[in-house]
Amino acid sequence: MELIPVYLAFILILAIFLGFELISKVPATLHTPLMSGANAISGITIVGALLAAGAGGPSGLATLLGSAAVFFATVNVVGGYLVTDRMLGLFKKKTDDAP
Amino acid sequence: MSALLVNLAYIVAAVMFIFGLRMLGSPATARSGNALSSGGMLIAIVVTLLSKGIVEFHWIAVAAAAGALVGALASRLVAMTAMPEMVALFNGSGGIASLLVAWAALFGASPGVGGVTTFTAVTVFLSIMIGGVTFSGSLVAWAKLAEVMPSGAIVFVGQRVINAALLGGLVLGGVLFALLPAPDSPLFYAILGLAVLLGVMAVIPIGGADMPVVISLLNSYSGLAACAAGFAINNNILIVSGSLVGAAGIILTNIMCKAMNRSLTNVLFSGFGAVKTVTKVEGDVKPIVAEDAYLILEAASAVTFVPGYGMAVAQAQHVVRELGEILEANGCEVSYAIHPVAGRMPGHMNVLLAEANVPYDQLVESDDINPRMPNVDVAVVIGANDVVNPAARDDDASPIYGMPIVNVDHARTVFVLKRSMASGFAGVDNPLFFGTNTRMLFGDAKASISALISEFK
Repeated sequence: MELIPVYLAFILILAIFLGFELISKVPATLHTPLMSGANAISGITIVGALLAAGAGGPSGLATLLGSAAVFFATVNVVGGYLVTDRMLGLFKKKTDDAP
Repeated sequence: MSALLVNLAYIVAAVMFIFGLRMLGSPATARSGNALSSGGMLIAIVVTLLSKGIVEFHWIAVAAAAGALVGALASRLVAMTAMPEMVALFNGSGGIASLLVAWAALFGASPGVGGVTTFTAVTVFLSIMIGGVTFSGSLVAWAKLAEVMPSGAIVFVGQRVINAALLGGLVLGGVLFALLPAPDSPLFYAILGLAVLLGVMAVIPIGGADMPVVISLLNSYSGLAACAAGFAINNNILIVSGSLVGAAGIILTNIMCKAMNRSLTNVLFSGFGAVKTVTKVEGDVKPIVAEDAYLILEAASAVTFVPGYGMAVAQAQHVVRELGEILEANGCEVSYAIHPVAGRMPGHMNVLLAEANVPYDQLVESDDINPRMPNVDVAVVIGANDVVNPAARDDDASPIYGMPIVNVDHARTVFVLKRSMASGFAGVDNPLFFGTNTRMLFGDAKASISALISEFK
């Protein structure tokens, strides 16, 4: 039981290093889509929100907080991915024939 | 679905996020990368809904439907010029969601354990703190970008002392909370209030042109908040995804700071507005009218446009593209020099020009265009100021000294499109305007460019 926090911290550290490696060289053109695409991923908190809202525990307040979290996280996820896609659809290369 | 299957599916989702982020790093694969990442999100959501932990779907359905509707409408309807505001609001909604998740975790979301453990208390505190700061900080950033409140730096005497006291109070509250974790106590609400207040206080001293740093930093925080919430509810996928986003945001923040030759602490704690100009530039400005500017452009064989926030304000990106195409048809080589902090968020100018159908391979970064600048016949500066200020290079007394700039003054001729002679955001006089090869084209950027276009016709 006491080891769980350590394992979680282990995952955290590795993921941070992975993140730095993944994004160290991104062309300036993609800075905004990268930011909004990453922001959509931070909407992963929706998983926690669903668990809180659907737990059906005795506390009505927990359900209320969870549901509010589901709302905001869904705005973040849906809006974030769609707006990133919309932006990326605008980027064109000169040689492209697409309209 | 068993916990084992759920966690295996989370691994798949995490891998999809990782590849998605990687593909976002190249223009050719970015769109499919985003789609891949959204697929990972869908998997994570579906398996969570199928897990044993969820027994009641009523409220989830209502909240998710409302959220999806708001998110979809917002993403469709927002104008590309308003993208910084939109990103700020999405950051804020991520922050508040993580805050609420952690709050709910205090109420036996993991039943069976007697009370709240110290570990949970600490992680809930961190989620509330980071989530609260992200939420209110993003709202202030939005208000500044949308000019609901003054976009300049708001500084007052004792600001740092107050902010330090706020942070200190928050940490003290966190320690007390870890010792005596209670979900419904005055202490808890005090922490909540302090976190939200800290977010407001942290962003108000940061002014308009520093917004790219703040937006990317808040982006990082929104990931860290999800990560902290993951610790609070012992959930791997939140920790992995949240820290990926946190790292991405930090890297972007760092790029923005380097582009201004300032440290993060300097951006966060000292309003640019407070800086007094040391060197006063004197000289004559040489205005030019559209007819004469047309003659020079007509004869030019290499033209570089240097856009800034003024182009976004004037919504001039479409006419700029039109002028660029006319020049190309005239046998001229056209490029667009983009400074990393031009505009109000990272990549702001790139998005606007993409919207106007400018191919991204015509966009060049300042490091690439500067060596070629002496061969550029005309550099057209559109609503940019500090990022083309030669004082950053030549005048070591200047507050922006050391900031890498686009060396437009090295071009044969410089046109500066400007409303008036007001100085830029940094409040620094710009010697560029008094240069011997500089011509000022006064007026609204969109109207000026349109006038040039009609000269060509």
